[in-house]
Amino acid sequence: MAESIRVENVTKEFTLRYHRTFKQVTVALARGRQLSDTFPAVDDVSFTVSQGESIGLMGLNGSGKSTLLKMINGVMRPDHGTVRTRGRIAGLIATGAGFHPQLSGKENIMLNAAILGMSENEIARKYDDIVDFAEIPTKFLQTEVGHYSSGQSARLGFAVAIHVDSEIFLADEVLAVGDKPFKKKCLERMEQVRDSGRTLFYVSHAGGSVKRMCNRVLILEQGRLIFDGDVKEGIKVLKYDDERPEDEEHFDSDEELGADI
Amino acid sequence: MTDSLQASADSSVEPAYDLGEDRPWEDPAPSRGLLEVFRRRYLLKLLVRREISARYSGSFLGLIWSYINPLSQFFIYFAIIGVIFQLHDSIPNFPIHIFSAIIIVHFFTETFNAGTRSIVRNKAIVKKMAVPAEMFPVASMLVSLYHVFPQLVILLVAVLFMGWTPTLSGVLAVAIALTIIMTLGTAMALFFSAANVLFRDFASFVNILTNFVRFGVPMIYSYTMVGDRFGRFADYYVLNPIADAVMLMQHAFWIGTLTEAELNFDDKGQAVDRLPDHLFTLGFTMIGVSLLVLVLAQYVFSKLEKQIPERI
Repeated sequence: MAESIRVENVTKEFTLRYHRTFKQVTVALARGRQLSDTFPAVDDVSFTVSQGESIGLMGLNGSGKSTLLKMINGVMRPDHGTVRTRGRIAGLIATGAGFHPQLSGKENIMLNAAILGMSENEIARKYDDIVDFAEIPTKFLQTEVGHYSSGQSARLGFAVAIHVDSEIFLADEVLAVGDKPFKKKCLERMEQVRDSGRTLFYVSHAGGSVKRMCNRVLILEQGRLIFDGDVKEGIKVLKYDDERPEDEEHFDSDEELGADI
Repeated sequence: MTDSLQASADSSVEPAYDLGEDRPWEDPAPSRGLLEVFRRRYLLKLLVRREISARYSGSFLGLIWSYINPLSQFFIYFAIIGVIFQLHDSIPNFPIHIFSAIIIVHFFTETFNAGTRSIVRNKAIVKKMAVPAEMFPVASMLVSLYHVFPQLVILLVAVLFMGWTPTLSGVLAVAIALTIIMTLGTAMALFFSAANVLFRDFASFVNILTNFVRFGVPMIYSYTMVGDRFGRFADYYVLNPIADAVMLMQHAFWIGTLTEAELNFDDKGQAVDRLPDHLFTLGFTMIGVSLLVLVLAQYVFSKLEKQIPERI
């Protein structure tokens, strides 16, 4: 199988600035205190992903999952090492980011889709599908998004993101919003994405949904890749499996649909 | 499976996702700079449209405000400088002199100010999406350019009343003036928008700079006065690209409204031009200079760009 993501010795360091203003900096210098400190958010991580694989990226809060995803997505650049991808990248990352509260639903769909890399034709072609998926009444589409309920605008963001054509599909903060039927619909849609042969990269704390969606797990701990392999073993490493017995696993369980923030 | 899901699943035929072996490896965060902005023209168009419709949304007068703003500035200068300082007497058709300058100055300061804040203002996008950050300063420039046109219309109406007729060299002068400001404005916006992410102090600094711009161009005084007061230092005065853009505008609109007698006057009766010689040569040179500044700004921007998503 062809490779689709190659991450080689990637390190990303963040700088902690303790003192920002002129006054604070002067005081800190006078007292001989440290002005800033760096820490590796992602530390020397390497892996390759073949096309069609579905990867679950797991780890505790602050372990570097989102930073790694941002580097694959091209939002951030690594300090050391290289990230290379083949094919278009899209996904459910920060859905609805850039929604402008004073623009109508329709205008926001178009703007958001364009930010995600859709062309004018592609947007025109998929507009109706997006509206259908978001289940937003037509009369609302002409009103300002600022007047939408938070669930409605979240659904709109979701609907746009999930309709972007791509060979690599990244999913973060998925299923944190929306009501149960909508969450279910999204999960099913993601399964379609996986089954269509696209590479799936899924960040989640919900062991159940990772088990259901993925065939390989990567685990980060304080920026380091500590596990790369089988899903069940990975969940054991994270000790996410002792929360409830295996046989209770069914689709509607909250563990599977769980909020990811 | 719910019905609506069924529908959306059926209507979007999943393409075959097979990369094959020949698909090239790509850097997910390419740094192609401004070229990437032109490649994603459609997004740029939508961003500009968003700014334009959002700027006056919820306001009753709406777009009329972009007429009111320059007009109010015009009346302030007209009353204070013209009436109180009595420049009406020494500069013929003083209102046209001011207004053709205001359009350029306003265009530049708007681009500079809004452009400097543009990346920080679009934090939500920059932090999370792979969009070339150059997009935002460029969009700010285009929004400001859009607001130039209503002002040009006002100016045109005014000069037509004063017996002005369009000339080819006038059209060329306006084109050069706008090109200088577009290029230079984008360059400054690019540089300071990135700097503003690192330290928000830059936005305040830019505010001060724009004050200098207002007085560094022949708007409330004439170029003739610069020559009178500074003598040969007027040669350095014309090295300011914004001043040249202003004088090109005045060449296009103001000069055409002057009478024969007003055009040539001097205490010895010698013919003296109201604007520098070789204005067009200067104009073209300044386009070149502005392009150079733009290349430099892009270079610095690319150096700072890496820090933008994490520092914002």
